[in-house]
Amino acid sequence: MMNKIEETYDAIVVGAGHAGCEAALALARMGQETIIFTVSMDSVAMMPCNPNVGGSSKGHLVREIDALGGEMGKNIDKTYIQSKMLNRSKGPAVHSLRAQADKSEYTRQMRMTMENTEHLTLRQAEVAEILVEDVKDATFFKAEEDSVHVFKGDCKKKVCGIRTKSGATYYAKTVVLCTGVYLNARCIYGDVVNHTGPNGLSAATFLSDSLVNSGIPIRRFKTGTPARIDKRSIDFSKMEEQKGDEDIVPFSFTNRAEDIEREQISCWLTYTNEETHDIIRSNIDRSPLFSGAIEGTGPRYCPSIEDKVMKFADKNRHQVFVEPEGEFTNEMYIGGMSSSLPEDVQYAMYRSVPGLENARIVRNAYAIEYDCISALLLKPSLEFKDVEGLYSAGQMNGSSGYEEAAAQGLMAGINAARKLQGKEEVVLDRSQGYIGVLIDDLVTKETREPYRMMTSRAEYRLLLRQDNADLRLTDIGHEIGLIDEERYAAFCHKREIIDAEVARLSETMVGANKTIQSFLEENGSTTLKTAASLADLVKRPELSYEMIAPIDEERPDISDEKFVKDIINQINIELKYDGYIKRQRSQVEHFVKLEKKRIPADLDYNDVHNLRKEARQKLNEIRPENIGQASRISGVSPADISVLLIYLNAK
Amino acid sequence: MMKLTDTIAAVATGMNQGGIGVIRVSGEQAISIVDSIFVPKKAGKEIRNMDSYTAAYGNIVRDGHGTHASNDSKPEIIDEVIVLVMKAPSTYTKEDVVEIDCHGGMQVMKEILHLVIQKGARLAEPGEFTKRAFLNGRIDLSQAESVMDLISAKNELAAKSAVSQLRGDLKLKIQSMREKLIHNIAYIESALDDPEHYDLDGFGDELDHLLDEVCEEMNHLLRSAENGKMMKEGIQTVILGKPNAGKSSVLNVMMGRERAIVTDIAGTTRDTLEESISIEGIPLNIVDTAGIRETSDVVEKIGVDKSLEAMEDADLILYIVDSSVALDENDYQIMDKIKERNVIILQNKSDLKNVVTKEEITSHLEKPVIDISAKEQTGFEEFYALLNDMFFAGSLNYNDEIYITNLRHKNALEEALASVCMVKQSIADGMPEDFYSIDLMAAYERLGFIIGESVEDDLVDTIFREFCMGK
Repeated sequence: MMNKIEETYDAIVVGAGHAGCEAALALARMGQETIIFTVSMDSVAMMPCNPNVGGSSKGHLVREIDALGGEMGKNIDKTYIQSKMLNRSKGPAVHSLRAQADKSEYTRQMRMTMENTEHLTLRQAEVAEILVEDVKDATFFKAEEDSVHVFKGDCKKKVCGIRTKSGATYYAKTVVLCTGVYLNARCIYGDVVNHTGPNGLSAATFLSDSLVNSGIPIRRFKTGTPARIDKRSIDFSKMEEQKGDEDIVPFSFTNRAEDIEREQISCWLTYTNEETHDIIRSNIDRSPLFSGAIEGTGPRYCPSIEDKVMKFADKNRHQVFVEPEGEFTNEMYIGGMSSSLPEDVQYAMYRSVPGLENARIVRNAYAIEYDCISALLLKPSLEFKDVEGLYSAGQMNGSSGYEEAAAQGLMAGINAARKLQGKEEVVLDRSQGYIGVLIDDLVTKETREPYRMMTSRAEYRLLLRQDNADLRLTDIGHEIGLIDEERYAAFCHKREIIDAEVARLSETMVGANKTIQSFLEENGSTTLKTAASLADLVKRPELSYEMIAPIDEERPDISDEKFVKDIINQINIELKYDGYIKRQRSQVEHFVKLEKKRIPADLDYNDVHNLRKEARQKLNEIRPENIGQASRISGVSPADISVLLIYLNAK
Repeated sequence: MMKLTDTIAAVATGMNQGGIGVIRVSGEQAISIVDSIFVPKKAGKEIRNMDSYTAAYGNIVRDGHGTHASNDSKPEIIDEVIVLVMKAPSTYTKEDVVEIDCHGGMQVMKEILHLVIQKGARLAEPGEFTKRAFLNGRIDLSQAESVMDLISAKNELAAKSAVSQLRGDLKLKIQSMREKLIHNIAYIESALDDPEHYDLDGFGDELDHLLDEVCEEMNHLLRSAENGKMMKEGIQTVILGKPNAGKSSVLNVMMGRERAIVTDIAGTTRDTLEESISIEGIPLNIVDTAGIRETSDVVEKIGVDKSLEAMEDADLILYIVDSSVALDENDYQIMDKIKERNVIILQNKSDLKNVVTKEEITSHLEKPVIDISAKEQTGFEEFYALLNDMFFAGSLNYNDEIYITNLRHKNALEEALASVCMVKQSIADGMPEDFYSIDLMAAYERLGFIIGESVEDDLVDTIFREFCMGK
């Protein structure tokens, strides 16, 4: 007699990494009864690779997650051990926050938050099967030309739950897949192959088959991590110390620097040398990457040390960052030297680096291969086009990085909740945030390697700054119910002050009188010929909002405002870069027009005769939601877009 | 990016006939743009004051009224024109439309169009007026279909001519500028993405030097564009025939008679040679091709394929038949391929014994036949007269896309130059480096437009290829 467990929830999240945690928290906080599965309760929000959060453009993602009501920013603020604003000497658009995390503390804090969230159940179990049922009224046909399968109607299938390896069945109308690198994972160094996920955690070996059976094709990606070395075996006197910033900026807009200040722990910088490179070159034939033992596609932006040495042969040294894994461990992360070379070669190469001569390895470097899907199968809401209620987020979608994963997890969770609430999906466009750029790239462009966020991918980056993520997204976070009334009221208050001050400074004119001229002279600024607005003065590189206070007679006293630093910073940026910002805003206006022209989901592009063949094929495959998205598909020309517009208008 | 509502302009009539033509401007700014370059003969007839569907007579001027008031230099008159103002929504495109009737010839029309664009309009894409008419609500199902046909066909043609008619050396120059730009953008972006690996100390000065060179190069190219040297303008003409039919001899005779050699450009393969010549004042762009015949020789096959390709692009085909040799399968195949085209058949070698009759040819290919002898240089007067007739009767057209393309290129170059100047300004203003790459990218994009290359993933690819990134 079979007595199997059966339970019903509103939503199921598979995997409790950075994507899964955000998805589950969003669902539960939006009132949905949610269960999250993980292969190990000890690996919730685990950081299996680098011990930091943020960095160039990734920092932007975390700030946006926070503005929408996600958890990552708050969690890193609680658990950071060093904080740095990168690119401070560059423009505000590329200032990027990065914090070193105490890994185990990061996990512990996130787990605590999850355990204490209403409507959220945590469960350790391996999910083996996705339960999918056919939608009766769906029809689909095979297109005559190009032999592309086109589904008519919304979806032909919908998700109804999952089954665990032990046979327990959990029913739900929505399922969010956040399986990370665990699907059929293999960890490899030299000729050693372990069929596990990171840190020896068990891989998920059934789910890929289940996905394939549901009609979802699988592909294989690869990434890697460096060794961890015992701190006591490192000679730091041969390395350069890398300290954190003195005046730190929190990730969460709910925190001020003084709320989270703590003593910071240093990182260390050293370099590889010709000896290191010789060791690598003479053993390159023993690398599973070069011998072909690894088939997955690895990322170009995060190459292994052997890749760097082989590809950039003219560089005689590469940087190595030695970073603590936490406050209460001696493990140090050897950033810049990820590898899949055999154990003995790893010892030799690490020990050739100054300061690491006597290094004792705690964990070997390894490459990891895993199954993932092509995100072209997804809508911009991260729901599968062909399986209603099934969502996918994170590394599973071919991205890489904790922050990229968390951002997708949050959006998938939000959209699953919106679906359950019978509300419209929330899709950020490329002008609203890096999250919009990330997801649009994933679901529109073919990525042949794990996708990493970069500031150069954002075309409106002057508008998408990390400092104004709250101004861009808090309204949305509030509207969907992830930002509570108290936080929202505080935000609105801050926004009002900024807007009022910017307007006031633009309207307040000062004449070329004696007081003004002598003030300008004192501050090394050219004197006025005609009257100018205070805003014009703030624009000058040598002046700022703070500096012009003596000649700004009507300035209100904002020194008691909780976020006075942020407010002043915002006023300065908006005024100083006004010209550039206006240019980008006008570009955005054009962009948004195309984004608003929606394409019906059931459009059969074979009916649009004048499309070129390649365009038709791509459009049938990707089925973009709007004209803007269609125009970004490679192989779709402006003429194709014109044809499409006319076709849609004529219909 | 595609824009739906900006103001567009184009020559609404073909550019070939006698120099009378209409420039059409449509969009929100149509009236203000033309207003800024038009001086009416009668005061009070300013365009901004005109009623819908009324016309005014006056001059198109450079640096027109209102501007440079303090400056004594008189505005330069470009052409006497009649301007017709039509206001939204009762116009073809349902937007404000202004038409400028000019009669100063091709060069003047190009100049006026250029001026309109400098004042803020954008060159219309092929079929764009019609497209707007439809998108703005003049939808009729049956018409929609034909508009789509028009757009896809015209765009294909424009894309083809844009690249194929660009002079080879210019293409190389533009490519080399683009490489410089993308390398520097990639460097900046690498440094921004990975500030601990790459730093930008002193980069601004270096870049400034490089941009000086780029500016100079762009200005040089712009001068060639102004002289109409960027594009091979003229009737794209291909000489076809079997091997030894006398194609090159015919070309030599035409070259000997021609008034001025404009340029001579070596073809991309050793088998095709291009000449720009002018016959009776009609500019021809002649491609001499390899003889067409069935062949198993690999090298010859490449030549034959090139010939067929050139034929596809041609406005006019000169088909040379050797009248001293009987027609064979190769002739029939060629004739089949050119049935639908503008063809003049030149029956060469009339000095030798004729074995092919005119009737024999015309029964396969109904086109005008003229007896010539390249050797004796006879029959050419008659050939040129026919050419003249065809041209002025309008049955033989310029590919007027070329004029437009040339202007489009010039426009793109100007925009690229403006973007580069903005970068130089940002450097001078001491702006941070990330601001440079925004305008550098715009310049890169505009240059790519000229040689028919889009941006796609160039930047990310260059970053990864040239700079060692990451942890």
